[in-house]
Amino acid sequence: MTAATMAPPRPGPAAGRDSFAYVLHAEWTKFRTVRGWVIAVVVGALVTLLIGVYTGARSQDGCATGPCHFTIPTGPGGEAVTDTYYFVHRPLAGDGSITVRVTSLATVLDGGLTPQGPTSTQPAAVPWSKAGLLIGAGPGQGAAYAAVMVTGGHGTRMQWNYTGDSPGLAGGVSAAAPRWLRLTRDGDVLTGYDSADGRHWTRLGTVTVPGLAATVQAGLFATSPGYTATSSQQLSGSSGSGAPTDATATFDRVSLRGGWPGTGPGTASAGAAWAGTSVNGGRDSISYPSGTVAGYHQAGGAFTVTGSGDIAPGVDGASSIDATLAGLFIGLVAVIVVGALFMAAEYRRGLIRVTLAASPRRGRVLAAKAVVLGAVTFAAGLTGSAGAILIGTPLLRANGNPIYPASALTDARVIVGTAALVAVFAVFALGVGAILRHGAATVTVVITAVVLPYLLAAAFPVLPDGAADWLLRITPAAGFAIKQVIPAYPQVAGSFSSYQGYFPLAPWAGFAVTCGYAALALALGAWSLRRRDA
Amino acid sequence: MSTARPAPTASARGTALHAEWTKLRTLASTCWLLAAMIALTVAVSAAAAAAARCPSGACADDPARISLTGIYLGQALVAVMAVLAVSGEYGSGMIRLTLAAMPRRISVLAAKAAVVTGLTTVAGTIAVMGSLLAGRLILPGNGIGPAGGYPARSFGDGAVLRAGFGSVLYLVLIALLSLGAATALREAAAAIGTVLGLLYLFPIVAAAAGDAAVSRHLEQAGPMTAGLAIEATTGLSTLPIGPWAGLGVLAAWAAGALSLGGLLLRLRDA
Repeated sequence: MTAATMAPPRPGPAAGRDSFAYVLHAEWTKFRTVRGWVIAVVVGALVTLLIGVYTGARSQDGCATGPCHFTIPTGPGGEAVTDTYYFVHRPLAGDGSITVRVTSLATVLDGGLTPQGPTSTQPAAVPWSKAGLLIGAGPGQGAAYAAVMVTGGHGTRMQWNYTGDSPGLAGGVSAAAPRWLRLTRDGDVLTGYDSADGRHWTRLGTVTVPGLAATVQAGLFATSPGYTATSSQQLSGSSGSGAPTDATATFDRVSLRGGWPGTGPGTASAGAAWAGTSVNGGRDSISYPSGTVAGYHQAGGAFTVTGSGDIAPGVDGASSIDATLAGLFIGLVAVIVVGALFMAAEYRRGLIRVTLAASPRRGRVLAAKAVVLGAVTFAAGLTGSAGAILIGTPLLRANGNPIYPASALTDARVIVGTAALVAVFAVFALGVGAILRHGAATVTVVITAVVLPYLLAAAFPVLPDGAADWLLRITPAAGFAIKQVIPAYPQVAGSFSSYQGYFPLAPWAGFAVTCGYAALALALGAWSLRRRDA
Repeated sequence: MSTARPAPTASARGTALHAEWTKLRTLASTCWLLAAMIALTVAVSAAAAAAARCPSGACADDPARISLTGIYLGQALVAVMAVLAVSGEYGSGMIRLTLAAMPRRISVLAAKAAVVTGLTTVAGTIAVMGSLLAGRLILPGNGIGPAGGYPARSFGDGAVLRAGFGSVLYLVLIALLSLGAATALREAAAAIGTVLGLLYLFPIVAAAAGDAAVSRHLEQAGPMTAGLAIEATTGLSTLPIGPWAGLGVLAAWAAGALSLGGLLLRLRDA
């Protein structure tokens, strides 16, 4: 198109109708002049926002008696961590290495909460109980570290900075099958080794732990996370029972090399230099099975260390920002109805014939509708999600509810992703409306495809975990994964079911599934619009 | 009609009923929706029963509740059928003819309610029987049966009867709630959106509320969460509301919606 044809203030009708902007403008006019649609979208956004604010203002779940203010320790990467263990340590100045043999790892469970009987401790299999060697930046919670360890059920492992995890020898530890562990420091580089016989060593991993001081604490640790039994089908999310556990490990043949003050190079340990510390948050949160205490015992070259807790990314005990998004679904239903009617209403009164007479390129009409609807619902979704999270979260915090620390990028992903999800669901409804051409049928199909799977799989424990996970993988409800804040870690024995808010797909993968459905619906709708009479 | 409007007689009511029956019966969508409702309810129930697992024999699963999982989906189709019984007439302008022929508007609504109730009762009974039967056949193989420590219960057992009859009643009340909502809102898509929203949103908001007391109140007030308490045969004490009280909550929703619909039907132009 030349500048000359563009020059008149009102372009000729043929040229104007041919432009996408013209169709876009026509669809925008149709949308904004239907009072019911505008009201539904605005009310949907406001309800989402207000329920978020209400959740924040009302919620007082942080502590049983009034607000309490404890902070969740954060690791070097800013993520929430659990950092509670018993540590038998001594200073390591500069570079050096520590080698030890582990001959047993026993765990006990507080029997008070089990079907087996009243309070007593009993042996238990705790897969992620751990004991081994640790070199860390300091005694405070959330300090940088690297460790090699034996575990209750996952073999020998090297873990570092809470989220890093790398497997070594498989199998458990016993007097008949001991495990040798070695951890060396070379500047900021820590290397872990394991061995079954003390002669043939395998490197588990080499990690860089920035920010270690010249003198660090190094030594033996033991810890064991709480036991939880979940039964999947209890109503209303009662997730089963839990009890504290502790782990007791036996070490011997401790050998130190390098800069260990108080020992000569290459000598075995000299007892006086070791110190025992119970690393915890300084509060009563750490609990032990009745009758057991954390501590260590040294006899000659052998150490027995008992501890409880975990050194791992934190996943329990706090809300995340998506707790304020309870109202999202109300707004979503409003948006789905509007999206369905934006297409289906054209057929009810025969408006579609006028629309297609004015703009014969049918695919372009549908595209213009998708753009208008997507933009409007994205704006509404953003108002709702940003308002709910940005106002509701500080209120939650002010009421003493610990909120999971998340990076600003994660917060932005949840806010913008939720708004985008609302828009994609609206476009999905538009596409289904173009296929079905009937408002009631479209609304039913879209709501049962979007809201019902989420209800059955994530909100209202009806289905077993496996079936619930599949629903959240293959239905359009997969996109709700975009609002998950806390990742599921394989090295934490948590309850990562959909009822606890963990989605089987990664946030953007779930979002992509929903986008796929919307794209498919739009494509089929465009095909149907072109091939069938209006 | 040459004389003044006659007083309603038994035959006039019969005529209204017959007219509504003919209208609903001859709609292709009614037949399809009810057939689909039966098929999907039984299919989803069977799938849920097949997916249920209780290897340890110490689960809190309620066999009747698992067997009736399909109701969550089936109720949506019942709602559509009931909504279309009213909204279809507004969409096509048929409502003006209907009201010209039968000026007593409440009688029209009552006749529609009676026909919808009858159809839902028949289709709902088939769907519920099929679902319970599927559960009966599938669940014991997954450890949820007498071998898994569950009491052996026949279909005649009191709790199972309550779950079965109650579920049919539940579907009927959902149909009446939808009929009332459609009469009040007229627009089919808006009515369906409202009804499905009422059903599905209460439990979702309750789960996300983060406050135990608020959650419980929401579950007691929601038409679906309260109404489906009727399906429970085990763990009654852990329910947010008792089985019959829960069905009563749903009945109150249905009565409220029908009253509102009836009032607006009388007051507004068609």
